[in-house]
Amino acid sequence: MSLTSTLLLTPFLTAFLVLLVPGNYRFVIRSLALLGSMVTAVMGLMVFVHFDPAGPAYQFEGLATWVSSSVLRINYHVGVDGIAAAMLMVTGLVGFAAVAVSWEIQEQTKLFYILLLVMIGGALGAFASLDLFFFYFFNELALVPTFIMIGVWGVGEERTYAAYKITMYLTAGAMVALAGLIALYSASGANSLDLVELQKQLAKTPLSAGAQMFIFPCLLFGFGTLVGLFPFHSWAPQGYGCAPAATAMMHAGILKKAGLFALLRVALPLMPEGVAFWMPVLAVLCVGNLLYCGFVAMRQRDLNLLIGNSSLAHMGFAFLGIASLTVVGLTGTVLVMVSHAFLAGLSFALSAWLRRQTGTLEIAKMGGLLKRMPFIGSVLTLCFLAGCGVPGFANFAGELSVMFGAWKSLPWVVVVAAWGGLIIGGVYMLRALRTVLHGKLPEALPAVIDAPNAWRKLPFVILAGGLLFFGIFPNAIVRRALPAVTRIAEMARPAAKPAVVAPATAAVSKPAIPASN
Amino acid sequence: MNSSLLVVEILVALLGLGVLLADLWMPAQYRRQLGWIAAAGVGIIFFVGLKDAAEVAYAFIAPGAKTGMYVQDSLAVFFKLFFLLAALLVILMSVEYSGKFATGISEYFSLTLFALLGMLFAASTNDFTLMFAALELITITFVVLTSFQRDRAASIEAGVKYLILGATASAFMVFGIALVFGSAGTTNFNEIAAAQKTLATNPIFLVGLGLVLSGLLFKIAAVPFQVWAPDVYQGSPAPSTAFLAVGSKAAGIVLLLRVLFSAVPAITAHWHHVFAVLAGLTILYGSLCAIPQRSIKRLMGYSSIANAGFLLLGIAAVSKAGAAGMIYYIAGYLFTVLAAFTVLCVILSRTESDDIASLAGLGRRSPILAGALTLSMVSLAGIPPLAGFVGKFLLLKSIIPLGALDPLYYVLLAVAVIGVVISIYYYFGVIRAIYWGGKPADLSPIPTSWAVRGALFVCVLGMLWLGILPDHLVQISTPAVEVLRPEFPAVLQAGR
Repeated sequence: MSLTSTLLLTPFLTAFLVLLVPGNYRFVIRSLALLGSMVTAVMGLMVFVHFDPAGPAYQFEGLATWVSSSVLRINYHVGVDGIAAAMLMVTGLVGFAAVAVSWEIQEQTKLFYILLLVMIGGALGAFASLDLFFFYFFNELALVPTFIMIGVWGVGEERTYAAYKITMYLTAGAMVALAGLIALYSASGANSLDLVELQKQLAKTPLSAGAQMFIFPCLLFGFGTLVGLFPFHSWAPQGYGCAPAATAMMHAGILKKAGLFALLRVALPLMPEGVAFWMPVLAVLCVGNLLYCGFVAMRQRDLNLLIGNSSLAHMGFAFLGIASLTVVGLTGTVLVMVSHAFLAGLSFALSAWLRRQTGTLEIAKMGGLLKRMPFIGSVLTLCFLAGCGVPGFANFAGELSVMFGAWKSLPWVVVVAAWGGLIIGGVYMLRALRTVLHGKLPEALPAVIDAPNAWRKLPFVILAGGLLFFGIFPNAIVRRALPAVTRIAEMARPAAKPAVVAPATAAVSKPAIPASN
Repeated sequence: MNSSLLVVEILVALLGLGVLLADLWMPAQYRRQLGWIAAAGVGIIFFVGLKDAAEVAYAFIAPGAKTGMYVQDSLAVFFKLFFLLAALLVILMSVEYSGKFATGISEYFSLTLFALLGMLFAASTNDFTLMFAALELITITFVVLTSFQRDRAASIEAGVKYLILGATASAFMVFGIALVFGSAGTTNFNEIAAAQKTLATNPIFLVGLGLVLSGLLFKIAAVPFQVWAPDVYQGSPAPSTAFLAVGSKAAGIVLLLRVLFSAVPAITAHWHHVFAVLAGLTILYGSLCAIPQRSIKRLMGYSSIANAGFLLLGIAAVSKAGAAGMIYYIAGYLFTVLAAFTVLCVILSRTESDDIASLAGLGRRSPILAGALTLSMVSLAGIPPLAGFVGKFLLLKSIIPLGALDPLYYVLLAVAVIGVVISIYYYFGVIRAIYWGGKPADLSPIPTSWAVRGALFVCVLGMLWLGILPDHLVQISTPAVEVLRPEFPAVLQAGR
């Protein structure tokens, strides 16, 4: 069995083992979950480290026929390119951190860890799948766990509403994307949803323009909703605000990226004409993410809602990178995907700690916490600085590449992005930081404590370490992702018209968006 | 006559009569045990009674005719296994529920077996007269089954509603059959298929066919013949509702497939718009009306309507892929709905209220029941990795290619997507009630018998099997629909 398949199987196997343990053996359940997610994280790292940028496009492949009939043909096909390798690595790490911060879950522990492990396994499966049926299948596995986790272990009066909202939005997005995928299956003539076969088939006989005009928006808005594309984003901050830490970390950090991942791997390379038509629309909508969500974040009084909205603003950068259609911009998107996974994971882990200690997340009710919790406070500072794009953190590398990539084709969006990301982001991040950490400790909060031991600090260290490491060595990701990104960028550009076209028009039909690298 | 073809039907009839007779000598306190005997009998028939029909065989052949009223082919075998499994699980369920019946528990088992007999004949129908006989056997037994809790007004009401509306539907159908016979001169499906080119222009035949179809749409609870479903589902005893939801609906489906794709494929192709519109309306009606429901059984009634709409997508697709999708969907529906009703039987046999709120605390009281009911709701909502997802996938896949030829199918697709999103709301409302809805009045654990655990194990395994390893059933359902001959609409053919 390939390394990828083993990696996928581990969380599910662990979940099954947890299912067999009687519910009152909490320690055993938690230890099993920790062990399982740690093994997963190590294997994710191994995939990343051993991925060879000079090697074949998809590595650590596993292939088996799943369904084979005249009606339906599905392959179980897993394998990683550079983008997937990075995402598997970060999924393993954030997944482990999510299990590690869940020590506060005391009720129905067994159910919680089973759901969390299914979520981790689903996310890994989505990033590893090369067959689009399995991509969808794994991505949807997280839906029910999200609903139950927010409802049972979530916080706040609004949590039932938030649980419904997140579930229905995600289902709507997923169903629209599914319609697009099925249409792709039947329109392509490949009689398969295997990405490799689809690419081969469509390279020979591209989809008709009419089919692309239907399929591409299905994928763009379907997957876009899963990421929180403006104006289909309002589920995100509220859902995360009410979710328990682990769920918010997995969702905001990892699962959202599955939508971007699908846009990168499926929507862009297979439908150049759809891309050409719809990318300007995406460029406009991503301004909504960058500016509108940024402004909304500025107005938040609740720390979780602030983080949730700021995470949507960061997704604006990822969309901008995609809309740029340049190698630099797309690489930036990959960097944003990885760095934001660390960032969102870390933010929600921190806010959960603060909530547990102070009993509130209202920014105005906190203050002076740095004195009482030097470790958590310092990590929070790191995290928020990374969030406003300070150099040295992974986000900086990603956002800068996106802006470089998009400058030629979309200069005005870049200006907005820089303004939104750096100025607005700076305002709300630093303002929150000042209120929460500095000033006078409110009298209502005498008993707050810092993370007491190395064990409790570990998840924070891992996530902050990821932010710093890839901030200093972004090349570790760029090197691996570059072959895949280059391929995508080449395929996404509208093909130059064949020689039948008169020379005069042939010059015009050169790619409208020049490669800036 | 080749009576060896009918061995399953004969055995089931004998089993039903045997249970009825055994009741005469069985002391009252042991009558519940008859359920085990009935279940064991159905189980044995399930495993040994049927061999795969390698070739099509007929029984009840009229002198001089090539084909008979009764056909044994792969489609019939598939549905017979389906009905036997459903009946087996329903009988186990009714043993669990039998405490609620004042008297006559053995009659309940034997009536279930006779309803099963009607379904088995429905699976093999190749003639309008046999179709009517099979459907009447199903309808009349169900009138008794739905009103079996004689001491409960709601149950009697359900029975009366089913009696009146069911009898009306039967009357329409038999009138339709008379018109068909009068215009075609035959009731045999194959002979009608041979003559359909001329019959397609005969208004009397078309009216007759329309009346027959309205009777069948009544069976599957599709718009505009859906009104009975919620009331009857809510009032009936839970095992009857389960059998009604699975068995009776599947009987309607197999008959629809046979009539539309064997007897009159050309007319079906001509009417494809009608089925697309009915499918869309049924999905919307079921989904929208399910939103405000408080009673879980009534919710299942509306959910059953919505699911009838999804099943009709396969008819609207007018293709073998659509028919195969329907078969897959209904197989997944069997495990899913029976899992839900097995859980409901256990809960409702301990309490009077069928309010969704009374499920509060189930997550703590019985993790097994809670888990099974949750999986069932998730499967109904069509979310991986469960059976409902693959079924919806196949059905959507069968209609999407038609969208490029006729925009109506894109509208239908949009309606289906909206239906799924709405369904998330009401199915997940049940999950919410199980895990965090309200303050439970009672936190005592709910004991579950081995029979219930066994039935739930089969259902959950079935849901996961069909959801994770679709290959087996796809390999079975693809040849099963080979006996059908859907024709592609000539109007759409031009666009290809």
